[in-house]
Amino acid sequence: MRNIKEILKDRILVLDGAMGTMLQQYKFTEEDFRGERFKAWEHPLQGNNDLLSLTQPDAIAAVHRKYFEAGADIVETNTFSGTTIAMADYHMEDLVYELNYESARIAKEVANDFTLREPEKPRFVAGSIGPTNKTASMSPDVNDPGFRAISFDELRIAYKQQVEALLDGGADILLVETIFDTLNAKAALFAIEEVKDERNIDIPIMISGTITDASGRTLSGQTAEAFLISISHIPIMSVGFNCALGAKQLVPHLEVVSAKSNHAISAHPNAGLPNAFGEYDETPEQMATQIKEYVEKGLVNIVGGCCGTTPAHIKAISDLVARYAPRSLSVGS
Amino acid sequence: MILSTEHIPTTDNRQPLTRYLKLSGLEPLVITPESNFVNVGERTNVAGSKKFLRLIKEDKFDEALEIARHQVEGGAQIIDVNMDDGLIDGKEAMVKFLNLIVAEPDIARVPIMIDSSKWEIIEAGLQVVQGKCVVNSISLKEGEQEFVRQAKLIKRYGAAVIVMAFDEVGQADNLQRRIEIAERSYRILVDKVNFAPEDIIFDLNIFPVATGMDEHKRNALDFIEGTKWVRENLPHCSVSGGVSNVSFSFRGNNPVREAMHSVFLYHAIKAGMNMGIVNPAMLEVYDDIPAALLEHVEDVILNRKDDATERLLEFAETVQGKAKENKVDLSWRQEPLQDRITRALVKGIDQYIVEDVEEARQKASKPLEVIEGNLMTGMNVVGDLFGSGKMFLPQVVKSARVMKKAVAYLEPYIEEEKLKNPVSEEARGAGKILMATVKGDVHDIGKNIVSVVLACNNYEIVDLGVMVPPEKIIQKAKEEQVDIIGLSGLITPSLDEMVFLAKEMERQEFKVPLLIGGATTSKAHTAVKIAPVYTQSVVHVNDASRAVTVVGDLLQKDTSEDYKKAIKLDYEGFREKFLNRTKQKEYVSLQEARKNKLLLNWDAFKNKEPKQIGIKVLEDFDLAVLKDFIDWTPFFRSWDLHGKYPDILKDDVVGEQATELFEDAQKMLKQILKEKWLSGKAVFGLFPANQINDDDIQVLNGEKEEFTFRTLRQQLKKRAGVPNIALADFIAPKETGIQDYIGCFCVSAGFGTQEKAAEFEAAHDDYSAIMIKALADRLAEAFAEYLHKEVRAKHWGYATDETLSNDDLIAEKYKGIRPAPGYPACPDHLEKLTIWKLLDVEERIGVQLTESLAMWPAASVSGYYFGHPEAKYFGLGKIKEDQVADFASRKGIALDEASKWLAPNIVEVS
Repeated sequence: MRNIKEILKDRILVLDGAMGTMLQQYKFTEEDFRGERFKAWEHPLQGNNDLLSLTQPDAIAAVHRKYFEAGADIVETNTFSGTTIAMADYHMEDLVYELNYESARIAKEVANDFTLREPEKPRFVAGSIGPTNKTASMSPDVNDPGFRAISFDELRIAYKQQVEALLDGGADILLVETIFDTLNAKAALFAIEEVKDERNIDIPIMISGTITDASGRTLSGQTAEAFLISISHIPIMSVGFNCALGAKQLVPHLEVVSAKSNHAISAHPNAGLPNAFGEYDETPEQMATQIKEYVEKGLVNIVGGCCGTTPAHIKAISDLVARYAPRSLSVGS
Repeated sequence: MILSTEHIPTTDNRQPLTRYLKLSGLEPLVITPESNFVNVGERTNVAGSKKFLRLIKEDKFDEALEIARHQVEGGAQIIDVNMDDGLIDGKEAMVKFLNLIVAEPDIARVPIMIDSSKWEIIEAGLQVVQGKCVVNSISLKEGEQEFVRQAKLIKRYGAAVIVMAFDEVGQADNLQRRIEIAERSYRILVDKVNFAPEDIIFDLNIFPVATGMDEHKRNALDFIEGTKWVRENLPHCSVSGGVSNVSFSFRGNNPVREAMHSVFLYHAIKAGMNMGIVNPAMLEVYDDIPAALLEHVEDVILNRKDDATERLLEFAETVQGKAKENKVDLSWRQEPLQDRITRALVKGIDQYIVEDVEEARQKASKPLEVIEGNLMTGMNVVGDLFGSGKMFLPQVVKSARVMKKAVAYLEPYIEEEKLKNPVSEEARGAGKILMATVKGDVHDIGKNIVSVVLACNNYEIVDLGVMVPPEKIIQKAKEEQVDIIGLSGLITPSLDEMVFLAKEMERQEFKVPLLIGGATTSKAHTAVKIAPVYTQSVVHVNDASRAVTVVGDLLQKDTSEDYKKAIKLDYEGFREKFLNRTKQKEYVSLQEARKNKLLLNWDAFKNKEPKQIGIKVLEDFDLAVLKDFIDWTPFFRSWDLHGKYPDILKDDVVGEQATELFEDAQKMLKQILKEKWLSGKAVFGLFPANQINDDDIQVLNGEKEEFTFRTLRQQLKKRAGVPNIALADFIAPKETGIQDYIGCFCVSAGFGTQEKAAEFEAAHDDYSAIMIKALADRLAEAFAEYLHKEVRAKHWGYATDETLSNDDLIAEKYKGIRPAPGYPACPDHLEKLTIWKLLDVEERIGVQLTESLAMWPAASVSGYYFGHPEAKYFGLGKIKEDQVADFASRKGIALDEASKWLAPNIVEVS
């Protein structure tokens, strides 16, 4: 199998779309979420999508399969909330290792199937590392701006556990995504470096921030360039943005990181901006039209979808980017 | 992996584009060879500032923060934070202070230098800052192993590092030792730790000169020469240092110290020192140093004469110390002409613009070139900054003020040029846009803001003002051959006007896009009611910054077709969804709704007879009374700054702008009150009243006159136990035999607004014109709040013991309500006519109703007073045709007319 970094030089890679949007279609009930194993769990479990890797593994595998069929080169593991911090909501801290391990294993199994069938287009698994539900550089209490609900060390330890499980389960890449607070991301990167050091391995890292509004800043207040500078201290494969905005609104921020960075550039926007009812309603065609601007301007190396995107969106994107050269990764001046 | 120093990749797939020191706070700081000297603020250092030390000791972190803020405002590009003091828990203080800094966007925008001699304090600091910091400092003092351990961690935390010229033997105190230690440190960091060389900053020790000791004579010179060697031999790294040390011997003689700092920096920077800790207040401009002093100081710094120290000491006696004055920084006035014009536009400074434009005019071959060249270049910068969220609306409006002033100055010259050379082409903007507030509506703040912002982006605006009849819009659009028509409206009848105009445009086969905006408009209304009747593009735009992108997309030749198609599709999808949704709601018949009306317990009701029945007028009301009643939050919203007052003043993103805007508003408010620009008038009345026939309120004015307010009842199907409310439910039904009361009122703070706004507009000052309207609106609302309070406490007198703060008033914590016709509880405007008749509003205070029943002057508020303690604000929601018909017959008007007025509230039948 060719190295992903080699492939990146040749073509634009396609990342998958939303897992949550696909799972919604199954209309899983509280009972479905619990499965046999957690039948007697003392706390409600509906909405704990990560848990479905244990209780509905076939559904998870099916979603991965659909995205690969649609043309994705990389799928993300179903582990967006797979840290002790985020799982505390469900009192499932002790299951974190298993959740990540199983999610990676399921995705890898599907990926291997496809790679075997189409060796010329190897498929990869990116271990999804979400932002958690706490923020290390902002206070949740407006009256006490110096307060922090979580520390760097707590995040680092939680992330380390997630990273180890994802790697053990077979993830090829680690994707630190939807970064709204750069300090959280730095704790994740610190943990990844520790694991790399301890295991004496190298692993491609993707980093994806979130610009939340028209001010062009992350939730923690950084500009795109300041964000880029803050995460450039360790070797990474790609940097980019996902979520919060539609494809169109991401363009100026991608232009900044593309111009200022030596890394590959990734983007996985939402299917447009939410409408008045909070739904994402950009069609695959509309989204592909927007993404066309990325590829025409040579801004990206990896592109996929976030909230509201489906295999149809990924198919439209995949068909589009196949016709374009990736952003140049040759040595700059 | 061992890497050569020539090209050390920071990534595993490419060689780096640049090897510059890049730091970040909320914003980036990239230090390139072209960068000016980077100034590190040092006042947040307990060792450097006695005041800061005292504040930290006394746990006054708020005041300590102000020192940091002052540093950044004063131009510090990095702030050094140091908590090393025997009496402070350094780790705790560092973490606490950094956490607080991070919450202050105007401080946190710059990178932080975490300064400590204790590793545990440094590490604690690194764990709380998201940006790329500088660690100050590490060294080989404790040996290579510890040095490597710390460097590895710093790299993993993502920070740059200051390396002191210090090793196991001690501090480097001569040139050779400086070179030796720097080189050894560099090799270890780059070769063993794989530290990016551009992230290394050397501090080569600045020691005092002119101490009287021979071994100190070369201190400055060794630093300068060491710096030169480091920059030439250790690629990509930086050199820093604390400058004030050098003049330590001249404490007490500031003119000499300032000269020494300047001279030292002048030479050290030439040698390659690119950052350092300098107190800008302790710095003389090199060229301004008197020649004799300069010579003496240079002799000392560069060790040019054996007796340099003695000679400077002697000379210093003659130099009188005097305090420096604080001056406004006008150095930008020395910059090239275009830079000055651009700066004036970006910063909104109109003081010098005429002077600069005159200079530009003399250089240009035609006066028009100044507009198309110099001014547009500046406005493009403004447009880019606004578009990218780096400037906010009030700033842009100020830019427009400068622009207008400049254009007004040039106009006579352009006219003259036209006479001389009639073929000369007219200025052509990016497109022509017609803007109008529709017939019957008088509200134009939002429309004016959008106009100004579009004008700033090089669009030509044809502004037809307020209450513009459709035929005039159509006619002007044709005459002027506009590219886009923008319609604005605030009251609900304006929605129908817009639909009417769209139909008319369709009939006359217009091709231009239609923009819809204003408080009452919505994407839903635009999609459902306007877009289907006009084949061309219809876009709902409700904020000024989006207006620019939308107009840009609509007029961009090559992509506009795609955009227009996308918009159509978007609105079609939206419409379908919307209609599907409304269908899902269930409504009950009017009869059922009445059966389910709100039944208050009238038996237990102890109502209070008003102290004064009848009508009262307030003429020439002193508006100064209203200052404390103003609700500022909507004021900011009218400028597209979103957030709650007063928190908005400290908002991360818009705080700075909001503060500036608020200051300007306060200034104008003072003037309004002092110079009596506006006059306030009010009329109100309290009357005996009873609920009749479920939904009506019968009002008696004196013995003979009888009026009826028609209220509308909710028809949405409610959960069991939840009533379908109408305002009439808050008044005792006649059959109870209880005599109840109702009040109604009209207040205005708008008299004088139009005149003053016109004055400002004539002076090309849109900013102030919009400001006065926004303030008049606030005063009118405050007036309504004030009068309601007076009525509750005095005139009606049912709440004599009420003690509520302004916040409580805004939060509507009082007893009783004052709903206004046209708002959710009573959305039909027709009842205003009844209020007008009952109170004789126009005759008594001069507030008029337009054909759409908007009030003129616009800054007016009218409504009812309900005194029942359980009266509450509610939304009517949608009503059914049966109620419309019932309402029409109760009011004695045609069904069509009733349908027209109630249209926005009638359930869609699809």
